[in-house]
Amino acid sequence: MDRIPILRMGDFLLVTIQVDMHDQLASALQDDLTSKIAEAKAKGILIDISSLDIVDSFIGRMLANTSAMARVLGAEAVVVGMQPAVAITLVELGLNLSGVHTALDVEKGMEMLRNRIGIPELGNTDVRF
Amino acid sequence: MVMIPDSSTAQTMTTSIANVLVTERNEILQEWMHQQLSLETMRADLISEADLRTESDRFLEVLARAMQSGNFSDIRAPEYKPVLEVLDRFSRSRGLQGFTPSETATFVFSFKQPLFNALRKSGDKDPAEQIENIWAANLLIDKLGLYTTEVYQQSREEVIRRQQEEMLELSTPVVQIWEGILALPLIGTLDSARTSVMMETLLQTIVETRSQLAIIDITGVPTVDTLVAQHLLKTVAAARLTGADCLISGIRPQIAQTMVHLQIDLSEVTTKATLAEALRFALKRSGRTIQSEISRE
Repeated sequence: MDRIPILRMGDFLLVTIQVDMHDQLASALQDDLTSKIAEAKAKGILIDISSLDIVDSFIGRMLANTSAMARVLGAEAVVVGMQPAVAITLVELGLNLSGVHTALDVEKGMEMLRNRIGIPELGNTDVRF
Repeated sequence: MVMIPDSSTAQTMTTSIANVLVTERNEILQEWMHQQLSLETMRADLISEADLRTESDRFLEVLARAMQSGNFSDIRAPEYKPVLEVLDRFSRSRGLQGFTPSETATFVFSFKQPLFNALRKSGDKDPAEQIENIWAANLLIDKLGLYTTEVYQQSREEVIRRQQEEMLELSTPVVQIWEGILALPLIGTLDSARTSVMMETLLQTIVETRSQLAIIDITGVPTVDTLVAQHLLKTVAAARLTGADCLISGIRPQIAQTMVHLQIDLSEVTTKATLAEALRFALKRSGRTIQSEISRE
């Protein structure tokens, strides 16, 4: 069974969801993400869903839960790249995902994370722990 | 006394009318043309005699063939399909040309006179049978004439529907008023159909322009009740999911009162009284200030 790859970019983790998520894949992802956040001491995670053109309540809940888990571990989560049709569907389903931060794309998502966390631009390589 | 034909007399009836249509076709056509041209409803300004003749002839042709099947009362049956198609095309084009529905239906109704004359002359010696024939033909032509009216109605309704769709699209413009800042000035009532169009247009534009702020101005919305508020909040939520924050501006004092009385939850959205205030807020939010240049004398 494939697992969704998690990329590390500095203090952030990037996850790109491109396939239909079923139960197992979703919980595997949550396992991987939470461990990686702890291991890398990541400050923020970006969940890129720009490839998804269909999203159901299951994925909606998964996104909300994953954000909450990250926050508990001390990291901010941003969901990026939600397509208009998907956003409308979720809203019509009554899933506002109010606890979840969102941004237009990865670039804006990183900007948002940096603003929230207060990390300067990449290039300023301070010594990390 | 009205005679209701049974199926065997129906058979002989229709075939005899059908035969008349075939054998006397030219004569019937002549007389029908004469009839139509003499009517007040003949719009010589809209249609030429030659075109009218072609249309009439075509109608006669398909009608004769349909009637040979023996079916006489059910114009929706397959044998009448060519007839309905001719009438369909005819009715739609007349509608587009500007004929009224009556003028259009008269095309069919005016056919009665020549048909009845032909039947009378056709030599059915039995007057009772003749009357049955004429009556049956009368009913059939009535149905066909009414059919043209129905088609006319339908095509008008299609035009209206298309215009409504265009109006919906026109009435929800999304304007980029600054880099990364969109404005959505709403005029008129907000129903669910309009909300859908608005949401799609707004989200599409957010993605295309990579905007982070959208100002929905409701100065032009006359009343805000719980339904309208729901539509607005849905739009705000959808925009947020795509990555842009929304402000609602143009809230009149009465609307503010109504919203609070209705206990509409606005905790998730920033609201401002005027578009100007909202713009100032949006610019500040995106890190910009406006300075006036002081010119020296």
